[in-house]
Amino acid sequence: MSLNIIVLAKQVPDTRNVGKDAMKEDGTINRAVLPAIFNPEDLNALEQALKLKEMYPGTTVTLLTMGPARAAEVIREGLYRGADRGIVLSDRAFAGADTLATSYALNAAVRKIGNYDLIIGGRQAIDGDTAQVGPQIAEKLKLPQVTYAEEIIEVKDGKVVVKRRLEGGVETVKAPLPLVITVNGSADECRPRNARNVQKYKYAAVPSEIANDEERKAFVAARPYLEIGEWTAATVEADLAQCGLAGSPTKVKGIENVVFTAKDARRIENNDEELEGLIKELIANHTIG
Amino acid sequence: MANFYTDNEALKLHLNHPMMKKIVELKERNFADADKFDYAPQNFEDAMDSYDRVLDIVGEICGDIIAENAEDVDHNGPRVENSRVIYAEGTKKNLDTCRKAGLMGMSMPRRLGGLNFPITPYIMAADMVSRADAGFENLWGLQDCAETIYEFADEAQKEKYIPRVCAGETMSMDLTEPDAGSDLQSVMLKASQKEDGSWVLNGVKRFITNGDSDIHLVLARSEEGTKDGRGLSMFIYDKRNGGVNVRRIENKMGIKGSPTCELVYKDAPAELVGSRKLGLIKYVMALMNGARLGIAAQSVGISEHAYREALDYAKERKQFGKAIIEFPAVAEIVSLMKAKLDASRTLLYACSRFVDMYKIYDDIAKERKLEVEEKKEAKFYSRLADAFTPLAKGMTSEFCNQNAYDCIQIHGGSGFMKDYACEQIYRDARITSIYEGTTQLQVVAAIRHVTTGTYLDWIKGEAEKQVAAEDEAVKATLNFMTQQYIDAVEAVTGVNDPKFLDFMARRLVEMAGYIVMGYLMLDDTQRDSSFRKSLHVFVNYGKAEVAKHADFIGNFRPEEISDYLYAE
Repeated sequence: MSLNIIVLAKQVPDTRNVGKDAMKEDGTINRAVLPAIFNPEDLNALEQALKLKEMYPGTTVTLLTMGPARAAEVIREGLYRGADRGIVLSDRAFAGADTLATSYALNAAVRKIGNYDLIIGGRQAIDGDTAQVGPQIAEKLKLPQVTYAEEIIEVKDGKVVVKRRLEGGVETVKAPLPLVITVNGSADECRPRNARNVQKYKYAAVPSEIANDEERKAFVAARPYLEIGEWTAATVEADLAQCGLAGSPTKVKGIENVVFTAKDARRIENNDEELEGLIKELIANHTIG
Repeated sequence: MANFYTDNEALKLHLNHPMMKKIVELKERNFADADKFDYAPQNFEDAMDSYDRVLDIVGEICGDIIAENAEDVDHNGPRVENSRVIYAEGTKKNLDTCRKAGLMGMSMPRRLGGLNFPITPYIMAADMVSRADAGFENLWGLQDCAETIYEFADEAQKEKYIPRVCAGETMSMDLTEPDAGSDLQSVMLKASQKEDGSWVLNGVKRFITNGDSDIHLVLARSEEGTKDGRGLSMFIYDKRNGGVNVRRIENKMGIKGSPTCELVYKDAPAELVGSRKLGLIKYVMALMNGARLGIAAQSVGISEHAYREALDYAKERKQFGKAIIEFPAVAEIVSLMKAKLDASRTLLYACSRFVDMYKIYDDIAKERKLEVEEKKEAKFYSRLADAFTPLAKGMTSEFCNQNAYDCIQIHGGSGFMKDYACEQIYRDARITSIYEGTTQLQVVAAIRHVTTGTYLDWIKGEAEKQVAAEDEAVKATLNFMTQQYIDAVEAVTGVNDPKFLDFMARRLVEMAGYIVMGYLMLDDTQRDSSFRKSLHVFVNYGKAEVAKHADFIGNFRPEEISDYLYAE
């Protein structure tokens, strides 16, 4: 049995190592100073897809990302790790999209790809932290969804067994194909880039990246596996009214700078009396228990 | 989030050495694989870009995974269950990661599943892996046993075993026995040929690194009744066939993640490699030369780790109101550590390039007849590789021990506690000057290149190169050291007593080593001025060491040797 898997990935500014220049005066992210990276939980999602590829030979993994042409870097990173092909969904019409417009555009691209068994994405992206896009895509495709997945255990008789991470433990669920799964950061880390794949795919590109490089264009043309798809709103037959800013009900009203202030630490002596006092206090205010 | 490749400018300097162009073009046979394999380079720049990218992967894995696991692996280590070795959890994860990253069989040709990398970038990977965890380097680095299969086994054996190594199966070289350590001529493990022509092995091997590997190269006595090296042959034992059990693993001082096994062979089926009787005199010598280069890389990696730990601590630790590195006595130690590290690394990569050149020519010679010029060049580099390998192994492993010692010294009392990485570095470093031939044995291999002039010829070639005006003074110093070396060699060989030469050999080899490393660093400085400081520190140090040996040799009366030699 082989599967057709679509992995949703996003190129995000690396907000994990933020310096003082990370925000602009107006409170928006200064993308120029933050390196663009593969959204971490999308890498967890990719790993789950690559594991399925190992378990079920013949499985294909297609990476789909929405963003400017430079988001092709995310596709290349995926190819280096074992994905089979990639598509960048790129159009000015998609600019300014909130989660609703984003999931609309991605859903249109997924429909265009067609013939899919599984759509796997990260739980959320580190720039927006909404965790909405995966579930919204499932709704738009009218597919069941499993969120907070930690491990895709097996696919058998048209059903997928998934372990989910919950607040107080784990839960194993079974769901029918086709299915949308969003993967939690506690899942296995993604495998490293593979030396052979890096050498094979390093010249992979979307057409607009290499538009002015005749030599590279000819090189890619002779090797179809190096061509990364570059789809527009027209390619995926998207309704422009539902795309980008036009399709986004979310409007930013204002941005506020919030500075966290640390509360004073309290010191508890290491004796039964004080420990018991602390435990009682924590139970009383429902921190534990 | 550390990357041991991108945080270390020295690696790029050595990767981009001018000699690489020729090495790559020969290794790639003018890029003949370009249309056959989708991951083969199109041209020199493409190949170099690929090495750079792959080393970036290695650097990331080393920084994020192997280094992170090192302490845990050191504490928990491997164990034996039911005669099989179980690696520490961290080791398993390291190996799995390296397999998935396709970092096994890096130097093997593509048709057998490898990356067809020259030795030089492969050794760079070994350098980084060793910095991350010296013990893990042993397991990962044993992939270079595949070189021996590639060079000497028949085509069927190559096709059977090398793709398995490239896919991630591990290897071991089973040479040492309880009564055969440095003296491998005494190997007793018995190889017997059955009526159908197949071979079985019986006996015991000891101190076998990664002894429960998937594919073993075994040195065994195939010629009954013989007692010396001429009765030994090389075999492949495939673990899938069974017949070899692990009796125990050693409890070692360092490199604890690397299982050192005692093996019992009981009618273990094996395949003969190459010709009978050439096991020790040809194949093991080749195998050992590769392994020695690997230990030099391991030494450099450990030196790097020691230097970084020392520098960080010296900058952080405050005494008397300031960071201790601000005290000249401390700063001198750290700067000398850096100089020894840079000197070790430049010698390592000079040696790697020589090995690359002669090995590639050897390989080409199997495909076609070499041109007269090529033959000459092959011979030239073969001799240099032969001279530089023991020099590199000897010097870098001694420097690595010195750096490990100094790293603890910088840490003061804290360094003596088990809380800092320096104590593991110290324990891990200790083996480097012992295994794959002790420093004393490296001297035995190197001394003939002192007496036949291999080192001096190379030094004279370097002395003819132009250097920047500001480096003329250093060059004059190196020239002066060379004269002292020439005089010392004459003084020792003039006595015309082999015992006297043996007695003085280490001093002479070290003198050559300081001068060779000095010239290599001078050359590095011409390409990257950031090495100039280190060059000065090293040449000052080397000059004093050379003078010390010159003084000892110059004032030593040959008859005094009796004071040193043991007599009941």
